[in-house]
This record gives sequence, structure tokens and C-alpha cells, in this order.
Amino acid sequence: MSDNDLFEYLLRLGDDRLVLGHRLSEWCGHAPILEEDIAQANIALDLIGQASLYLHHAGELEGKGRNEDALAYFREAVEFRNLLIVELPNGDFAFTVLRQFLFDAFSFHLLQQLEKSTDAELGGIAAKGYKEVRYHLRHSSEWVQRLGDGTDESHTRAQRALDELWRFTGEMFETDDIDERLVAAGIAADVKAIEPKWNAMVSDVLSRATLEIPKNAAMMTGGRRGRHTEYLGHMLSEMQIVARSHPGAEW
Amino acid sequence: MIESSAPTRDEVFELLTAIKDPELPVVDIVELGIVRDVSIEGDAVRVDVTPTYSGCPALRMIEDEIVEKLKAHGFSDVTVRNVFSPAWTTDWLSRETKQKLKDYGIAPPGTAAVSDGAELITIRRSRETIACPYCGSRNTEQKSEFGSTACKAIHFCNGCHQPFDYFKPF
Repeated sequence: MSDNDLFEYLLRLGDDRLVLGHRLSEWCGHAPILEEDIAQANIALDLIGQASLYLHHAGELEGKGRNEDALAYFREAVEFRNLLIVELPNGDFAFTVLRQFLFDAFSFHLLQQLEKSTDAELGGIAAKGYKEVRYHLRHSSEWVQRLGDGTDESHTRAQRALDELWRFTGEMFETDDIDERLVAAGIAADVKAIEPKWNAMVSDVLSRATLEIPKNAAMMTGGRRGRHTEYLGHMLSEMQIVARSHPGAEW
Repeated sequence: MIESSAPTRDEVFELLTAIKDPELPVVDIVELGIVRDVSIEGDAVRVDVTPTYSGCPALRMIEDEIVEKLKAHGFSDVTVRNVFSPAWTTDWLSRETKQKLKDYGIAPPGTAAVSDGAELITIRRSRETIACPYCGSRNTEQKSEFGSTACKAIHFCNGCHQPFDYFKPF
């Protein structure tokens, strides 16, 4: 285990939340009802807040003077370490909600473990996020059940979203040498141990939502190594333009 | 040599009670539990603060106010450090602080129970009814678990027909 391993791991945690938080923020002013608009913006705020804490920790560990803003706004798409699922465009409301639920269920179990990380700073950041993700999970799991077990239209859209999203879920449970070294050091969460718990929770909610998990999906991969879909670059160009147009600006 | 007139640790805590949370202007940052510790060395002071929610936008403003306040009271070097453990909880709010929230029109939080996964994913969960901070009626309903700030939920009172904020247990 080296500082570089932990730096990479913190980028993964930070980038998942930064990219998903930015996607959710795109709903601001567009959600189907006012309360939902506020909810999406709140969840986005929590995720971007969590991202800034992980990226701040990453920057300090790296020791090259990069803070959370430098890491968020001045890296290229190939340097991002997020899962592909979080960078996909929002689609319709069903797609946004299904994606959020699949991620929340993962994050819930992940942060529950990370709370006990031997890296005290990481453990503290995760403990706070764990409190927040409980609210997110309750919200997204309720929506999945409402839409799936709702009208013909909402059921059709929810099932279509799940069919599209499922092939992006395998990446959550991939591990590489970095994970293995960090898990051995008690720093990272063991996603292999999380996978059955995630499966049980997701299957439970989806069956109550009368939705069917696609069979034999070929799982997509690449985000952790910087191999992204075409969507991330477009998203970043929008997210980063103000900071890049006015570098060093303060307000 | 000029004798240092820097305040003591207790006096610093007292000074910080003048700083209110910008989103909850009736409660100060000490009673809210945001200020975790103060350490003084000569005319340098370090204040440990903890965020309420990860993305709380008020924290940056609060940090600036701490620096300004303590520089105005004789400290030449003020640092504000973020600490994350133990995680901030609404259980730290005293009875008096909760009463201040209620008087301001925000229903105070209940106990921050650690709910497990099973409770979080059922749509048929038991929902606590929150007493209206205006008329005291318990005939209220939750409109959204996410409100005007990260720490609040939106409720509605069927008794006096008023929407009100609920400070979420956290």
C-alpha cells in the first residue's frame, strides 16, 4: 500500500459522487414536481459536498498543491476514475431514479464499511456520507417501487431504464491491485463482500416494484481506468467551462 | 514588548456564540455543535469545526466569520480546521436550542435513530407525525424529506394550514 494507492482510491470515491451529483443538478428547474426538484438538488448537493471532501483529502495526500477544485475542474476525462453508470445522461425521470437507487444501494453498503477505515480521515468523511445516503436510499427506493408498481406507462419506462442500466452495475464490484492492497491494509471497503448484500437489497426492491432483472447482461467496464463513454467529455465541458475560462477567479 | 491581550479558551467559545448559522439565524455555531474545539498558543488560535452535512454551503461563510471575529479580538493567526469524527448529529442540540428552533417556526428534530437497510427500502414504513411548530397540532404530513436546506424537510399542518420546516434527525 502506498500513498499513491490511496490517492487513486479517493479519486474513485470522489469522482463517482462528483459526476453523479452534477448529473442530478441538471434536474434543477426541470423535475416533474417542485418537491422533487428540491429533492434532486438536495441530493446533488450532498454528493458534490462528499466529493469535495474526498478530493480535498486526495489533494493533500498527493502533496502537489492541487485542491478539490483543481481536481474537479482541471482534469481531463481520461483522468476521471468514476463508474460509467454515473456519467450516463439522465434520460427520463425513471432512468434517473433507477440509476440513483442502484448507486445508493451500493454506496449505502460501501460507506457502512468505510466508516471503519483505518485511514481516520477517510473513515470520518464516510461516516458523514453514510448518514446522508440513508436519506437518499429511502427516497430512491420508494420511487422505484412507485414507478415500477405504478401505471402501465411508469412500469414500462422503469423496466426500460433497468434493462439499459443493468449492464453498468458489474463495474461496482470489480477489483484491481489497488483495491486488494488497500483492503489488506484495512483502508478500503471490500466490494466482493458487499456484492451479495447489494444483490439482496436490489432484488428485494425490484421484485416489490414488479420489475425484472435482465438476464445474461454483458457487463461494461473501463471507468476506473479512465476509459469512459462519450458522455463524460460533454458533461465535463459544461461543468468545467467557468473555472477554465476564469482560472483563479474568486467570488 | 506589548503584553498579549488575547482571550482565554473559554472567552473564545463565548465570542463564537455571537456567530449564528446563516441558515438558522436564531442558533449559534457553538450550541449547534459545529465548533468542536479551540486551542490557543500565544496569539495564535486554532478552531476545530465539523460540517453538519457534507455539502452545507454555510460552512465556508461560518469559517470566514470565525477568522474575522477572532482577528478582531487580538489573535494575529487564526486557523480553522475541519474535523469529521465524531460525525455531527442533531442529538447534540440541547432542549433550549430545540426550543429556539420551535419559536422560530422550525419543528425541532427527534432522536437520530440509526435505521438499518430493511427499514430504508420499504414504502410501507411507519412515519412519525411531527407536531406543528405554530399551532401544536399533530395532524401534519410530510411533503418532502428534502427542503429549503440540506438539514430540513418540508411538512404541512392540516390544523392551521401552514407549511413548515422540520429539522431532520441526523
